Amino acid sequence: MIREKILQELQGLFPQAAEPAKTPPPSDVASEAETEKKKPKKEEPRANGVIERDYKVHGYHIDAQVSVDQLLGAVNILDKLEFFIESITGVDWIKEDQLEVIYDFSRYDFDLCRVVIRTRVPRKDPSVPTITEIYAGANWHERETHDFFGIKFEGHPHLIPLLLPEDADFHPLLKDYKA
Amino acid sequence: MTAPIQIKSGETFTLNVGPQHPATHGVLRVKMDMDGEYIVNAETVIGYIHRMHEKMGELKTYPQFLMNLSRMDYLGALGYSHGHVLLVEKAAGIEVPERAEYIRAITVELNRIASHLFWFGAFVMDLGGFSPLMYALQDREYILDMLEGITGSRLTYCYYRFGGLYNDVDDTFLAAARRFIPRMRKSLKKYHKLVTGNIIFRKRLEGIAPLTQEICRKYGATSAVARGSGINFDVRKNEPYSVYPEFDFDIPVYHECDSLARYNVRMEEMEQSLRIIEQGLDKLPDGPVMPEKKPRIKIPPGDYYQAVETARGSFGIRLVSDGGKNPYRLKLRSPTYSNMHLFDESCRGMLIMDALAFMGSLDLVIPEIDR
Repeated sequence: MIREKILQELQGLFPQAAEPAKTPPPSDVASEAETEKKKPKKEEPRANGVIERDYKVHGYHIDAQVSVDQLLGAVNILDKLEFFIESITGVDWIKEDQLEVIYDFSRYDFDLCRVVIRTRVPRKDPSVPTITEIYAGANWHERETHDFFGIKFEGHPHLIPLLLPEDADFHPLLKDYKA
Repeated sequence: MTAPIQIKSGETFTLNVGPQHPATHGVLRVKMDMDGEYIVNAETVIGYIHRMHEKMGELKTYPQFLMNLSRMDYLGALGYSHGHVLLVEKAAGIEVPERAEYIRAITVELNRIASHLFWFGAFVMDLGGFSPLMYALQDREYILDMLEGITGSRLTYCYYRFGGLYNDVDDTFLAAARRFIPRMRKSLKKYHKLVTGNIIFRKRLEGIAPLTQEICRKYGATSAVARGSGINFDVRKNEPYSVYPEFDFDIPVYHECDSLARYNVRMEEMEQSLRIIEQGLDKLPDGPVMPEKKPRIKIPPGDYYQAVETARGSFGIRLVSDGGKNPYRLKLRSPTYSNMHLFDESCRGMLIMDALAFMGSLDLVIPEIDR
C-alpha cells in the first residue's frame, strides 16, 4: 500500500519532531464535529507534521504541513513515488498573519492516495521555493497563486501575471483586498 | 512523422495565434516563435476572460454560488455542479435521496455526450471537414431539448441543489432519454463511417503530438489526454463517487499517445456514457428527489476536497471553511488548465497545422481555463 509508504517517508522529514507530529491525529474527524460545537473559538495554528485524514469526510488521505525548507524534500518524495500534481493554491489566514500554500497530489493507478502538502509563510514577505524544477506543470499553478496572493516563488522562470492583466499589481484573494 | 524534425538556427519570426482565432475555440492566445512552418517555441497566454470565480465563492453564500459552476464550462456544465454539490454535501453531512443521485448521474452523462459531440464537430471542422459538425449538433440538440425540459435552461444549468435536485424528471424526459440511446448508437456508427476511417483525417492525427506518460504526470493531465497515453485514470473508477459504482461501464484507454488516440478515447466514451444512462434508467428508484426537511448548510471548520470526472477531466474543488455562511476559500481546479499547460512544451518542433490539430484534440473550453 502506497499510503503507508508515503506516510513513512513524509514522517522521515520530521526526525525529532516525530512525537508532536503524532499527537494531533487522534480523533481527527469523528470528534471534530462534536468538539467544534463546544468550542467555536479558533484553535491554535497546527504544528508542522503529518496527519492521516478520514477520506470520507475530507476527500484526501494524507495531510502534511511542512516548513518552507522541507517543501522541496516533500515534493521530491512524491515525485519519486510517481504522484501527479493536481493543483497549487493559497489561503490567506489574516488573523494569524500568515499565508498558506497548498499543494495537491494524486495518483494515476488504483492505489488511491491523495496527498496534501501545505506550508505557511509570513504575510509580510511571503516566499517559497518553486517546484517547477520537479514538476514542470507547477508553472501555471504557481503563477496563478502569485497573481491571487502575491506569494513569491523563488526561482520561478517566468513569474508574471497569468490570469490577471499583465500590469496587475494587486492580489484579489487577500482578505484585506478592497476592489 | 518518423524522422525527428531538425530545426536550424536561423531567422525566426513571431506568430500570434489568437486571441481571436477560430482554431483556439475562444479567447486564447498562443505566441509562437516560428521557423518557417515549424514551431520553435510557444507561449500560451490565458486570462482574457478571467472572472475570478474563486473570489465570488468567498463573497457569496453556498447556495448563491450554485449557478457559478455552470458558467465555467458551458459545454459540460452539469459535471461541475455535481462536484460542487457533492463537496458541500460531504462537508455538511447532508444525505441525498437515491433517486436524486441516479438522476444526477444520468444527466451528467447526457451532458458529457453533448459536450463530446460538440468537441467532435468542432475538432473535425478544425481539420477541414465541415459537415460532421452539422450531424453532431443535431444529435446534441436532442440532449439540450431533454435537459431544457427538466432544468429550464439549455446551457448554463443550475439543476442540482444541496441535498437533491431542483425538480424531478417527468415522463417526457424518461421517454426521450430512452429514444435517444438507440438513435445515438446509430449516429456513432455513422460518425465512424464518415470520419474515423477517412484517410485524410487519419493522416492528420496518426503519430502526431505524442504525449508520454511522464509529461502527463508532470503536468497533471487527465481525461482523454491521459487516457490516450495509456494511463487508465478516470475519477469515476479510481475514486468512485455518487452512484457510479452501481454501473457497469469501461474506461477506454489507448496506448498510441497521439492525437488519434485522444480522438478514439472520446468517441468510445460516448458509448460508455450511453451504457451508464441505459442502466440508470433501468435502475432508477422511486422516491423523493429532495430530503423531507430542508437541509441546513452548516460546515464545520476544516479543509475539504472533492474530485469528479467531468467531460474535460478531473475537476477538483477545495473548500476551506471557518464555520461561517460563506466559504473561507474555494479553489476550483479545472482540468483543461493542466491539459492546456503541456501544449507549450509538447508543440516544439511541430508543424503549425499539426499543432492546431493537437490543440483541438485537447478539447479546450476557455472560460473553464480562465475561470
